[in-house]
Amino acid sequence: MTATDQDLTEGNKQDAQEFEGLQTPFKRFLSDFCESKLAVLGFLVIVGIVLLAIFAPLLTPTDPYDLTSVTILDSRLAPGEKMMSGTVAYLGTDGAGRDMVSAMIYGLRISLGVGIGSGIIAMLIGISFGLLSAYAGGRIDALFMRIVDIQLSFPAILVALVLLVTLGKGVDKTLIALVVVQWAYYARTIRGTALVERRREYIESAVCLGLSKNRIMFRHLLPNCIAPMIVVGTMQVAHAISLEATLSFLGLGMPQTEPSLGRLISNGFEYILSGKYWISVFPGLALLVTIVSINLVGDRLRDVLNPRLQK
Amino acid sequence: MSVFIIRRLLQSGVVVIIMSFIVFSGVFLIGDPVEILVSDDADQEEREEMIKSMGLDKPFLVQYGIFVSKALKGNLGESFVFNEPALLLILDRMPATMELAVVSLMIAIIFGIPLGVWAGLKPDSWASKSIMTGSILGFSLPTFWVGIMMILLFAVMLGWLPSTGRGDVQVILGMPLSIFSWDGFSHVLMPAVNLALFKLSMVIRLARAGTREVLHQDYIKFAKAKGLQESRIILVHVMKNILIPVVTVLGLEFGGLVAFSVVTETVFAWPGMGKLLIDSIGLLDRPIIVAYLMIIVFLFVFINLVVDILYSILDPRVRLQDVKS
Repeated sequence: MTATDQDLTEGNKQDAQEFEGLQTPFKRFLSDFCESKLAVLGFLVIVGIVLLAIFAPLLTPTDPYDLTSVTILDSRLAPGEKMMSGTVAYLGTDGAGRDMVSAMIYGLRISLGVGIGSGIIAMLIGISFGLLSAYAGGRIDALFMRIVDIQLSFPAILVALVLLVTLGKGVDKTLIALVVVQWAYYARTIRGTALVERRREYIESAVCLGLSKNRIMFRHLLPNCIAPMIVVGTMQVAHAISLEATLSFLGLGMPQTEPSLGRLISNGFEYILSGKYWISVFPGLALLVTIVSINLVGDRLRDVLNPRLQK
Repeated sequence: MSVFIIRRLLQSGVVVIIMSFIVFSGVFLIGDPVEILVSDDADQEEREEMIKSMGLDKPFLVQYGIFVSKALKGNLGESFVFNEPALLLILDRMPATMELAVVSLMIAIIFGIPLGVWAGLKPDSWASKSIMTGSILGFSLPTFWVGIMMILLFAVMLGWLPSTGRGDVQVILGMPLSIFSWDGFSHVLMPAVNLALFKLSMVIRLARAGTREVLHQDYIKFAKAKGLQESRIILVHVMKNILIPVVTVLGLEFGGLVAFSVVTETVFAWPGMGKLLIDSIGLLDRPIIVAYLMIIVFLFVFINLVVDILYSILDPRVRLQDVKS
């Protein structure tokens, strides 16, 4: 017996028996997910990218932040040329003489960190407000949803732009801007799901048992609303990474000293017209592969986790 | 009906007031514009005179009050850098941005609807599958990077299209437009396609979903049973019904196009108001930033108001619900 089997409550057991009494919900989810080869590929790529980002200092040939080893003499080397230190720059070097491979892996680290970090914080805030809104109803609900409506009627890029103009550059500031931009999506999504779940019998019985509001909200309501949050969360992380890159490109967001992928692309943009394509193209491809993989997984998750599409 | 419109108007007014306060106080906090404007060798007296002439010595709330009372008269302040009214500077750049946005919208509609309908009619063909994969790419690709790649390919490598500026501008109906001359058209093509990509993917998805839904309706079956030509069924019966959601969403998204043109204009050095905003952020030219944001707020509130009212005319349930709550 595995741990997941113990998680089956009375109600779920019946469902499980319908599935020949063999599969746990998690196994079923796994086999559904794996039906799409593209999604599996996307997932593997994401795992690879995350590992790259985590172990960046061990994997990169040079340290792009180490100003003693980065020299201007190496600047704008074409892919495959040798740098002063003797290391081969397989993807060339940028305007400041940083090895592109190393700069990209470090950039990926920042982009992913900001994307995932802001996603998680926004999700926590969104879940709290959304659940409260759905559970409390009435005036609180109306107030929160009006705020969400107004915020979502403005495009994310503008809201983030205004915030960053105000706050200035920096990792923490970019994180704040991305959280502010995203929380409303989570709040709206979880409110929608929670409103449906609220009317279910198990919530009613929990209320009858006299459980506290907090316990009902977080132990009973929340676990049953989590599936759509996973889908929105995946898509939002891709969205956040892309938005951060765009903002950095516009000269806001990340500072020059800690270039994210967007910043690297933006740095290379000034050399594009002289044909030095590699400074912009390769970080862009890295960004592209990251975003597309996350979207592929998100797309599949939406299909698999959507109860309306379940067989 | 009138109750609904009055309520919505009041709400919009409140949103504009709140946003003006947020925008003004937000922009108030950014760096010190005096540092940039005053030359390095100016002495203390000259600095103070400068601060006074720009009204920066007054307390924040007083500055906001002055801003509001002037804004109501249509004066959104004078640019620190150009020494001209900010509103005029922006209005001067507006036709360029609007032209870009409208051309993008046209591209999204003209290419998006046929592709989407095709993908909806033959969902299993390889062409449809590649259209849909393409639309996922259109959603995923960051606009600015696609723009850079377009410049690399069409301007640097192939040398077919120019990469910056508006080219030949002709004044039509009092507005300087590029689209009507060949040179201007070649300048507008790349930025417009770049800006359109995201909306194009969206139109394709909407048209496809709409087509697949409409095809199962009884009136299509009836039209087929009547022996109507396939082309007539698609062009008249299917088309008419998918246009409603497509047009609604595009109307709502027009503001998004204007907002996103900030990115495209920066990539292609398109002299629109988005480029002006980014330049002004670099120069800490507060009045222009505030004026741009206020114009955008107005634009969005206006679009939302119009869509809300149109909805309430089309679907009475919306306004009944609103009046009740």
